Amino acid sequence: MISFPCYMRDDGSAGIRNYTAIIPASVCAAPLALKAAFRVDGVVGLSHKGGCCQIGNDYKRTTWILRKLCTHPNVGGVVLVALGCEGTPWESIAEEIEKSGRPVELIHIQRAGGSKKAMEKAVQAAEGIKERTAKTAVIRERGIKDLTVGLECGGSDATSGLSANPVIGRAADELVRQGAKVILSETTELIGAEHAIMANTGAPRIKQKIIDAVKRVENEFLKAGEDIRGTQPTPGNIEGGLSTLEEKSLGCVYKAGTNPFVDFLEYGEPARKSGLSFMDTPGQDVESMTGMAAGGANLFLFSTGRGSPVGFPLVPTVKITGNEATYTRMIDDIDFDSSGIFRGKPLDELGQELFDLILQVSRGKQTKSELNEYYEMGIPKREITL
Amino acid sequence: MRILILNPKDNVGTALQDLPEGSWINGILLRENIPFGFKTALSDIGEGDKIIKYGEPIGIALTRISAGELVHVHNIQGIRGRGDLL
Repeated sequence: MISFPCYMRDDGSAGIRNYTAIIPASVCAAPLALKAAFRVDGVVGLSHKGGCCQIGNDYKRTTWILRKLCTHPNVGGVVLVALGCEGTPWESIAEEIEKSGRPVELIHIQRAGGSKKAMEKAVQAAEGIKERTAKTAVIRERGIKDLTVGLECGGSDATSGLSANPVIGRAADELVRQGAKVILSETTELIGAEHAIMANTGAPRIKQKIIDAVKRVENEFLKAGEDIRGTQPTPGNIEGGLSTLEEKSLGCVYKAGTNPFVDFLEYGEPARKSGLSFMDTPGQDVESMTGMAAGGANLFLFSTGRGSPVGFPLVPTVKITGNEATYTRMIDDIDFDSSGIFRGKPLDELGQELFDLILQVSRGKQTKSELNEYYEMGIPKREITL
Repeated sequence: MRILILNPKDNVGTALQDLPEGSWINGILLRENIPFGFKTALSDIGEGDKIIKYGEPIGIALTRISAGELVHVHNIQGIRGRGDLL
Protein backbone atom coordinates (compact mmCIF):
# COMPACT_ATOMS: atom_id res chain seq x y z
CA MET A 1 0.00 0.00 0.00
CA ILE A 2 1.47 3.34 -1.08
CA SER A 3 1.50 5.98 1.65
CA PHE A 4 3.00 9.38 2.31
CA PRO A 5 2.83 11.86 5.18
CA CYS A 6 -0.04 14.35 4.92
CA TYR A 7 -1.09 17.36 6.96
CA MET A 8 -4.48 16.51 8.43
CA ARG A 9 -7.15 19.20 8.66
CA ASP A 10 -10.12 19.30 11.04
CA ASP A 11 -12.59 18.67 8.20
CA GLY A 12 -10.83 15.37 7.42
CA SER A 13 -9.08 16.61 4.30
CA ALA A 14 -5.36 15.96 3.81
CA GLY A 15 -2.77 18.39 2.53
CA ILE A 16 0.53 17.50 0.88
CA ARG A 17 1.86 20.94 1.82
CA ASN A 18 1.47 23.08 4.92
CA TYR A 19 1.59 26.55 3.46
CA THR A 20 1.16 29.76 5.34
CA ALA A 21 -0.75 31.85 2.79
CA ILE A 22 -1.15 35.61 2.60
CA ILE A 23 -4.48 36.16 0.89
CA PRO A 24 -5.94 39.52 -0.15
CA ALA A 25 -9.66 40.19 0.34
CA SER A 26 -9.68 42.43 -2.73
CA VAL A 27 -7.71 43.86 -5.61
CA CYS A 28 -6.52 46.79 -3.47
CA ALA A 29 -4.89 44.48 -0.93
CA ALA A 30 -3.26 42.22 -3.53
CA PRO A 31 0.08 44.05 -3.95
CA LEU A 32 0.65 43.96 -0.21
CA ALA A 33 -0.13 40.24 0.02
CA LEU A 34 2.39 39.43 -2.70
CA LYS A 35 5.14 41.73 -1.41
CA ALA A 36 4.78 40.52 2.17
CA ALA A 37 4.92 36.87 1.05
CA PHE A 38 8.20 37.42 -0.80
CA ARG A 39 9.74 38.63 2.45
CA VAL A 40 9.12 35.38 4.34
CA ASP A 41 10.74 32.20 3.06
CA GLY A 42 8.24 29.49 2.20
CA VAL A 43 5.18 31.71 2.59
CA VAL A 44 2.90 32.00 -0.44
CA GLY A 45 1.11 35.17 -1.52
CA LEU A 46 -2.05 35.20 -3.62
CA SER A 47 -3.34 37.91 -5.93
CA HIS A 48 -6.63 38.58 -7.69
CA LYS A 49 -8.60 41.39 -9.27
CA GLY A 50 -11.93 40.91 -7.50
CA GLY A 51 -13.52 41.60 -4.17
CA CYS A 52 -14.70 45.16 -4.77
CA CYS A 53 -17.57 46.73 -6.76
CA GLN A 54 -18.77 43.30 -7.90
CA ILE A 55 -22.40 42.24 -8.15
CA GLY A 56 -24.46 39.07 -8.40
CA ASN A 57 -22.63 35.94 -9.38
CA ASP A 58 -19.27 37.72 -9.64
CA TYR A 59 -19.50 38.76 -5.99
CA LYS A 60 -20.65 35.30 -4.95
CA ARG A 61 -17.95 33.56 -7.00
CA THR A 62 -15.11 35.72 -5.66
CA THR A 63 -16.24 35.24 -2.07
CA TRP A 64 -16.69 31.49 -2.55
CA ILE A 65 -13.27 31.05 -4.17
CA LEU A 66 -11.56 33.07 -1.40
CA ARG A 67 -13.33 31.03 1.30
CA LYS A 68 -12.29 27.76 -0.31
CA LEU A 69 -8.67 28.84 -0.92
CA CYS A 70 -8.31 30.11 2.67
CA THR A 71 -9.36 26.67 3.93
CA HIS A 72 -7.59 24.65 1.20
CA PRO A 73 -6.11 21.30 2.35
CA ASN A 74 -2.56 22.50 1.52
CA VAL A 75 -3.00 25.63 3.69
CA GLY A 76 -1.95 25.48 7.34
CA GLY A 77 -2.61 29.09 8.30
CA VAL A 78 -3.67 32.38 6.75
CA VAL A 79 -2.83 36.05 6.88
CA LEU A 80 -5.93 37.67 5.41
CA VAL A 81 -5.27 41.19 4.13
CA ALA A 82 -8.16 43.61 3.67
CA LEU A 83 -7.96 47.23 2.63
CA GLY A 84 -11.00 47.76 4.82
CA CYS A 85 -13.63 49.23 2.51
CA GLU A 86 -14.13 46.36 0.05
CA GLY A 87 -17.28 44.29 -0.45
CA THR A 88 -15.68 40.95 0.38
CA PRO A 89 -17.03 39.79 3.75
CA TRP A 90 -13.52 39.47 5.18
CA GLU A 91 -14.65 39.27 8.79
CA SER A 92 -16.81 36.22 8.14
CA ILE A 93 -14.03 34.64 6.03
CA ALA A 94 -11.60 35.13 8.93
CA GLU A 95 -14.13 33.48 11.27
CA GLU A 96 -14.50 30.57 8.90
CA ILE A 97 -10.71 30.09 8.74
CA GLU A 98 -10.58 30.06 12.54
CA LYS A 99 -13.43 27.55 12.72
CA SER A 100 -11.52 25.30 10.31
CA GLY A 101 -8.81 24.96 12.97
CA ARG A 102 -6.26 27.13 11.18
CA PRO A 103 -4.52 30.10 12.76
CA VAL A 104 -5.54 33.34 11.06
CA GLU A 105 -4.52 36.98 11.39
CA LEU A 106 -6.49 39.76 9.79
CA ILE A 107 -4.53 42.76 8.56
CA HIS A 108 -6.61 45.86 7.91
CA ILE A 109 -4.55 48.27 5.82
CA GLN A 110 -6.58 51.39 6.65
CA ARG A 111 -6.71 50.67 10.40
CA ALA A 112 -3.01 49.73 10.45
CA GLY A 113 -2.16 53.22 9.29
CA GLY A 114 -1.31 52.54 5.68
CA SER A 115 0.59 50.10 3.53
CA LYS A 116 4.04 50.35 5.16
CA LYS A 117 2.76 49.65 8.65
CA ALA A 118 0.35 46.99 7.38
CA MET A 119 3.22 45.33 5.51
CA GLU A 120 5.28 45.03 8.68
CA LYS A 121 2.28 43.56 10.48
CA ALA A 122 1.60 41.10 7.66
CA VAL A 123 5.24 39.93 7.58
CA GLN A 124 5.25 39.49 11.36
CA ALA A 125 1.94 37.65 11.28
CA ALA A 126 3.15 35.33 8.50
CA GLU A 127 6.36 34.54 10.39
CA GLY A 128 4.37 33.78 13.54
CA ILE A 129 1.83 31.57 11.78
CA LYS A 130 4.54 29.73 9.86
CA GLU A 131 6.33 28.91 13.11
CA ARG A 132 3.10 27.89 14.86
CA THR A 133 1.81 25.67 12.06
CA ALA A 134 5.17 23.91 11.75
CA LYS A 135 4.92 22.96 15.44
CA THR A 136 1.25 22.08 15.65
CA ALA A 137 0.89 20.21 12.35
CA VAL A 138 -0.92 16.89 12.62
CA ILE A 139 0.92 14.57 10.25
CA ARG A 140 -0.43 11.13 9.30
CA GLU A 141 0.49 8.55 6.69
CA ARG A 142 -2.18 8.72 4.00
CA GLY A 143 -2.53 7.33 0.50
CA ILE A 144 -3.51 8.02 -3.07
CA LYS A 145 -7.19 8.27 -2.12
CA ASP A 146 -6.38 11.51 -0.30
CA LEU A 147 -5.17 13.13 -3.52
CA THR A 148 -7.44 15.31 -5.61
CA VAL A 149 -5.58 15.81 -8.86
CA GLY A 150 -6.53 18.55 -11.32
CA LEU A 151 -5.66 18.02 -14.99
CA GLU A 152 -4.64 21.10 -16.93
CA CYS A 153 -3.02 22.15 -20.17
CA GLY A 154 -1.56 25.48 -21.18
CA GLY A 155 0.56 26.57 -24.10
CA SER A 156 -0.34 23.45 -26.09
CA ASP A 157 1.32 22.40 -29.33
CA ALA A 158 0.94 19.37 -31.57
CA THR A 159 2.94 17.23 -29.14
CA SER A 160 0.46 17.86 -26.30
CA GLY A 161 -2.26 15.66 -27.78
CA LEU A 162 0.22 13.05 -29.01
CA SER A 163 2.42 12.68 -25.96
CA ALA A 164 1.98 14.72 -22.76
CA ASN A 165 -1.82 14.41 -22.55
CA PRO A 166 -1.93 10.64 -23.25
CA VAL A 167 0.82 10.17 -20.61
CA ILE A 168 -1.23 12.23 -18.13
CA GLY A 169 -4.20 10.02 -19.10
CA ARG A 170 -2.25 6.91 -18.12
CA ALA A 171 -1.25 8.45 -14.77
CA ALA A 172 -4.88 9.58 -14.24
CA ASP A 173 -6.06 5.99 -14.84
CA GLU A 174 -3.64 4.71 -12.18
CA LEU A 175 -4.66 7.47 -9.74
CA VAL A 176 -8.33 6.58 -10.19
CA ARG A 177 -7.59 2.86 -9.86
CA GLN A 178 -6.04 3.60 -6.46
CA GLY A 179 -8.97 5.74 -5.31
CA ALA A 180 -7.93 9.34 -6.04
CA LYS A 181 -10.28 12.08 -7.14
CA VAL A 182 -9.28 13.37 -10.58
CA ILE A 183 -10.74 16.48 -12.22
CA LEU A 184 -10.80 17.30 -15.94
CA SER A 185 -11.82 20.89 -16.73
CA GLU A 186 -11.85 23.54 -19.51
CA THR A 187 -15.27 23.32 -21.15
CA THR A 188 -14.04 25.35 -24.14
CA GLU A 189 -11.53 22.66 -24.94
CA LEU A 190 -14.19 20.02 -25.35
CA ILE A 191 -15.67 21.84 -28.37
CA GLY A 192 -15.13 19.35 -31.16
CA ALA A 193 -14.37 16.47 -28.80
CA GLU A 194 -17.99 15.56 -28.01
CA HIS A 195 -17.60 12.09 -29.53
CA ALA A 196 -14.80 11.35 -27.08
CA ILE A 197 -17.11 12.40 -24.20
CA MET A 198 -20.05 10.36 -25.50
CA ALA A 199 -17.76 7.33 -25.98
CA ASN A 200 -16.82 7.55 -22.29
CA THR A 201 -18.43 4.77 -20.28
CA GLY A 202 -19.67 7.13 -17.55
CA ALA A 203 -23.32 7.61 -16.60
CA PRO A 204 -25.36 9.12 -19.48
CA ARG A 205 -26.73 11.80 -17.10
CA ILE A 206 -23.21 13.06 -16.29
CA LYS A 207 -22.12 12.95 -19.93
CA GLN A 208 -25.21 14.90 -20.96
CA LYS A 209 -24.40 17.62 -18.41
CA ILE A 210 -20.91 17.91 -19.90
CA ILE A 211 -22.27 18.10 -23.46
CA ASP A 212 -24.82 20.75 -22.35
CA ALA A 213 -22.02 22.83 -20.81
CA VAL A 214 -20.03 22.56 -24.06
CA LYS A 215 -23.10 23.70 -26.03
CA ARG A 216 -23.60 26.65 -23.68
CA VAL A 217 -19.99 27.79 -24.13
CA GLU A 218 -20.12 27.34 -27.91
CA ASN A 219 -23.35 29.38 -28.04
CA GLU A 220 -21.58 32.16 -26.13
CA PHE A 221 -18.81 32.04 -28.72
CA LEU A 222 -21.40 32.23 -31.52
CA LYS A 223 -23.27 35.12 -29.85
CA ALA A 224 -20.02 37.06 -29.69
CA GLY A 225 -20.03 36.94 -33.50
CA GLU A 226 -16.24 36.77 -33.65
CA ASP A 227 -13.73 34.87 -35.71
CA ILE A 228 -12.06 32.97 -32.87
CA ARG A 229 -9.08 31.87 -34.95
CA GLY A 230 -5.95 33.32 -33.40
CA THR A 231 -7.63 33.30 -29.97
CA GLN A 232 -8.63 29.63 -29.94
CA PRO A 233 -6.27 28.19 -30.96
CA THR A 234 -3.83 30.82 -29.67
CA PRO A 235 -1.00 32.18 -31.84
CA GLY A 236 1.40 29.91 -29.93
CA ASN A 237 -0.81 26.85 -30.49
CA ILE A 238 -0.79 27.65 -34.23
CA GLU A 239 3.01 28.10 -34.33
CA GLY A 240 3.19 24.72 -32.60
CA GLY A 241 1.30 22.99 -35.42
CA LEU A 242 -2.30 23.11 -34.13
CA SER A 243 -4.65 24.44 -36.81
CA THR A 244 -8.12 24.54 -35.21
CA LEU A 245 -9.94 24.55 -31.87
CA GLU A 246 -11.37 21.11 -32.73
CA GLU A 247 -7.85 19.70 -33.17
CA LYS A 248 -6.74 21.23 -29.87
CA SER A 249 -9.80 19.84 -28.05
CA LEU A 250 -9.31 16.30 -29.37
CA GLY A 251 -5.76 16.37 -28.01
CA CYS A 252 -6.80 17.90 -24.67
CA VAL A 253 -9.33 15.25 -23.80
CA TYR A 254 -6.65 12.51 -23.66
CA LYS A 255 -5.71 13.85 -20.23
CA ALA A 256 -8.84 12.22 -18.83
CA GLY A 257 -7.59 8.68 -19.51
CA THR A 258 -10.08 5.88 -19.94
CA ASN A 259 -12.11 6.04 -16.74
CA PRO A 260 -15.84 6.81 -16.67
CA PHE A 261 -16.98 10.26 -15.60
CA VAL A 262 -18.56 9.93 -12.16
CA ASP A 263 -19.54 13.54 -11.46
CA PHE A 264 -20.15 16.99 -12.94
CA LEU A 265 -18.95 19.97 -10.90
CA GLU A 266 -19.83 23.62 -11.22
CA TYR A 267 -16.92 26.11 -11.16
CA GLY A 268 -15.17 25.85 -7.78
CA GLU A 269 -17.50 23.14 -6.47
CA PRO A 270 -15.79 20.61 -4.16
CA ALA A 271 -14.88 17.29 -5.76
CA ARG A 272 -17.02 14.70 -3.97
CA LYS A 273 -16.37 11.34 -5.54
CA SER A 274 -13.38 9.10 -6.10
CA GLY A 275 -12.82 8.74 -9.81
CA LEU A 276 -12.94 11.12 -12.75
CA SER A 277 -15.05 14.28 -12.44
CA PHE A 278 -15.54 17.10 -14.90
CA MET A 279 -15.53 20.73 -13.75
CA ASP A 280 -17.15 23.43 -15.90
CA THR A 281 -14.37 26.07 -16.20
CA PRO A 282 -13.08 28.52 -18.79
CA GLY A 283 -10.37 27.33 -21.19
CA GLN A 284 -7.81 29.73 -19.77
CA ASP A 285 -5.42 27.68 -17.68
CA VAL A 286 -5.07 30.04 -14.70
CA GLU A 287 -8.83 30.50 -14.17
CA SER A 288 -9.36 26.79 -14.71
CA MET A 289 -6.77 25.87 -12.05
CA THR A 290 -8.32 28.39 -9.63
CA GLY A 291 -11.68 26.61 -9.95
CA MET A 292 -10.17 23.19 -9.41
CA ALA A 293 -8.08 24.39 -6.45
CA ALA A 294 -11.26 25.76 -4.86
CA GLY A 295 -12.76 22.33 -5.56
CA GLY A 296 -10.03 20.79 -3.41
CA ALA A 297 -7.34 19.87 -5.96
CA ASN A 298 -4.14 19.40 -3.96
CA LEU A 299 -1.92 18.55 -6.95
CA PHE A 300 -1.99 19.58 -10.62
CA LEU A 301 -0.72 17.79 -13.71
CA PHE A 302 -0.14 20.46 -16.36
CA SER A 303 0.87 19.67 -19.94
CA THR A 304 2.62 22.32 -21.96
CA GLY A 305 4.08 21.77 -25.41
CA ARG A 306 5.17 25.36 -25.93
CA GLY A 307 6.39 25.76 -22.34
CA SER A 308 4.56 27.58 -19.53
CA PRO A 309 6.23 28.55 -16.24
CA VAL A 310 2.89 29.07 -14.43
CA GLY A 311 1.99 27.09 -11.36
CA PHE A 312 -0.88 27.59 -8.96
CA PRO A 313 -0.05 29.02 -5.53
CA LEU A 314 -0.93 26.49 -2.78
CA VAL A 315 -1.06 23.53 -5.20
CA PRO A 316 2.12 21.81 -6.48
CA THR A 317 1.91 21.91 -10.26
CA VAL A 318 3.78 19.22 -12.21
CA LYS A 319 4.73 20.50 -15.67
CA ILE A 320 4.86 17.94 -18.44
CA THR A 321 5.98 18.51 -22.01
CA GLY A 322 6.01 16.17 -24.99
CA ASN A 323 8.29 18.55 -26.87
CA GLU A 324 11.95 17.68 -26.33
CA ALA A 325 13.14 21.10 -27.57
CA THR A 326 10.83 22.84 -25.06
CA TYR A 327 12.10 20.62 -22.25
CA THR A 328 15.71 21.41 -23.07
CA ARG A 329 15.05 25.14 -23.53
CA MET A 330 12.88 25.56 -20.42
CA ILE A 331 14.39 22.96 -18.12
CA ASP A 332 14.05 25.34 -15.14
CA ASP A 333 10.26 25.39 -15.61
CA ILE A 334 9.39 21.85 -16.70
CA ASP A 335 9.28 18.80 -14.44
CA PHE A 336 8.75 15.91 -16.85
CA ASP A 337 9.72 15.12 -20.45
CA SER A 338 7.29 12.76 -22.17
CA SER A 339 8.87 13.08 -25.65
CA GLY A 340 10.36 9.57 -25.35
CA ILE A 341 7.11 8.36 -26.88
CA PHE A 342 8.34 9.66 -30.26
CA ARG A 343 11.47 7.52 -29.92
CA GLY A 344 9.47 4.37 -29.20
CA LYS A 345 9.25 4.50 -25.41
CA PRO A 346 5.99 2.78 -24.38
CA LEU A 347 3.13 4.96 -23.14
CA ASP A 348 2.66 2.68 -20.10
CA GLU A 349 6.26 3.19 -19.06
CA LEU A 350 5.99 6.99 -19.30
CA GLY A 351 2.68 6.89 -17.41
CA GLN A 352 4.34 4.88 -14.60
CA GLU A 353 7.28 7.34 -14.47
CA LEU A 354 4.86 10.25 -14.17
CA PHE A 355 2.94 8.39 -11.46
CA ASP A 356 6.25 7.91 -9.57
CA LEU A 357 6.93 11.65 -9.86
CA ILE A 358 3.44 12.37 -8.46
CA LEU A 359 4.37 10.27 -5.42
CA GLN A 360 7.65 12.14 -4.97
CA VAL A 361 5.84 15.50 -5.17
CA SER A 362 3.23 14.23 -2.70
CA ARG A 363 6.12 13.34 -0.37
CA GLY A 364 7.39 16.91 -0.56
CA LYS A 365 9.62 17.13 -3.64
CA GLN A 366 9.22 20.70 -4.87
CA THR A 367 8.01 21.26 -8.42
CA LYS A 368 9.79 23.74 -10.68
CA SER A 369 7.07 26.36 -10.26
CA GLU A 370 7.35 26.00 -6.47
CA LEU A 371 11.14 26.42 -6.67
CA ASN A 372 10.67 29.48 -8.90
CA GLU A 373 7.72 30.78 -6.83
CA TYR A 374 6.08 31.43 -10.20
CA TYR A 375 2.43 31.48 -9.26
CA GLU A 376 -0.76 32.96 -10.60
CA MET A 377 -4.47 32.66 -9.92
CA GLY A 378 -7.53 34.20 -11.56
CA ILE A 379 -11.22 34.31 -10.73
CA PRO A 380 -13.53 34.52 -13.77
CA LYS A 381 -15.68 37.61 -14.09
CA ARG A 382 -18.94 37.67 -16.04
CA GLU A 383 -20.85 40.79 -14.97
CA ILE A 384 -19.98 44.46 -15.21
CA THR A 385 -17.80 46.03 -12.54
CA LEU A 386 -19.80 48.78 -10.89
CA MET B 1 8.61 6.41 -37.50
CA ARG B 2 8.64 9.77 -39.27
CA ILE B 3 4.92 10.42 -39.52
CA LEU B 4 2.12 9.60 -37.10
CA ILE B 5 -1.29 8.54 -38.36
CA LEU B 6 -3.57 8.21 -35.33
CA ASN B 7 -6.64 6.60 -36.87
CA PRO B 8 -7.29 4.70 -40.11
CA LYS B 9 -9.95 7.32 -41.03
CA ASP B 10 -7.40 10.18 -40.89
CA ASN B 11 -6.58 12.08 -44.08
CA VAL B 12 -3.70 13.92 -42.42
CA GLY B 13 -0.56 12.66 -40.68
CA THR B 14 1.66 14.49 -38.18
CA ALA B 15 5.41 14.85 -38.82
CA LEU B 16 7.48 13.44 -35.96
CA GLN B 17 10.59 15.19 -37.29
CA ASP B 18 11.25 17.98 -39.77
CA LEU B 19 10.45 16.37 -43.12
CA PRO B 20 11.97 18.00 -46.23
CA GLU B 21 10.12 18.63 -49.46
CA GLY B 22 10.79 15.90 -51.98
CA SER B 23 11.00 13.04 -49.48
CA TRP B 24 8.73 10.00 -49.77
CA ILE B 25 6.66 9.09 -46.72
CA ASN B 26 4.19 6.18 -46.72
CA GLY B 27 4.17 6.27 -50.53
CA ILE B 28 3.45 10.02 -50.61
CA LEU B 29 5.81 12.56 -52.17
CA LEU B 30 6.05 15.60 -49.88
CA ARG B 31 5.40 18.73 -51.92
CA GLU B 32 6.52 21.08 -49.15
CA ASN B 33 8.67 21.02 -46.02
CA ILE B 34 6.59 19.61 -43.16
CA PRO B 35 8.04 20.82 -39.83
CA PHE B 36 7.92 18.69 -36.67
CA GLY B 37 4.38 18.58 -35.25
CA PHE B 38 2.75 19.87 -38.44
CA LYS B 39 0.41 17.93 -40.72
CA THR B 40 0.51 16.75 -44.29
CA ALA B 41 -2.35 15.48 -46.46
CA LEU B 42 -2.29 11.70 -46.91
CA SER B 43 -4.57 11.86 -49.96
CA ASP B 44 -5.99 14.56 -52.24
CA ILE B 45 -8.60 16.60 -50.33
CA GLY B 46 -11.30 18.63 -52.10
CA GLU B 47 -12.31 22.18 -51.18
CA GLY B 48 -14.88 22.00 -48.36
CA ASP B 49 -13.97 18.42 -47.47
CA LYS B 50 -13.52 17.45 -43.84
CA ILE B 51 -10.01 17.20 -42.40
CA ILE B 52 -9.84 14.11 -40.20
CA LYS B 53 -7.31 13.63 -37.36
CA TYR B 54 -7.77 11.36 -34.31
CA GLY B 55 -10.57 9.85 -36.45
CA GLU B 56 -12.62 13.04 -35.94
CA PRO B 57 -13.20 16.18 -38.04
CA ILE B 58 -10.88 19.01 -37.04
CA GLY B 59 -12.15 21.43 -39.73
CA ILE B 60 -12.70 21.78 -43.47
CA ALA B 61 -10.43 22.49 -46.42
CA LEU B 62 -10.46 26.10 -47.68
CA THR B 63 -8.95 25.03 -51.02
CA ARG B 64 -8.09 21.83 -52.82
CA ILE B 65 -5.18 20.20 -50.99
CA SER B 66 -2.97 17.63 -52.73
CA ALA B 67 -1.42 14.66 -50.98
CA GLY B 68 1.96 15.69 -49.57
CA GLU B 69 1.04 19.37 -49.04
CA LEU B 70 1.26 21.10 -45.68
CA VAL B 71 -2.16 21.22 -43.96
CA HIS B 72 -2.47 24.20 -41.63
CA VAL B 73 -4.31 27.48 -41.02
CA HIS B 74 -3.59 28.72 -44.59
CA ASN B 75 -5.66 25.96 -46.19
CA ILE B 76 -8.04 24.64 -43.53
CA GLN B 77 -10.33 26.24 -40.98
CA GLY B 78 -12.12 25.14 -37.84
CA ILE B 79 -15.89 25.47 -38.03
CA ARG B 80 -16.87 25.22 -34.36
CA GLY B 81 -17.65 28.29 -32.26
CA ARG B 82 -17.24 30.54 -35.31
CA GLY B 83 -19.64 33.44 -34.69
CA ASP B 84 -18.25 35.18 -37.79
CA LEU B 85 -19.58 32.40 -40.05
CA LEU B 86 -23.24 32.87 -38.98
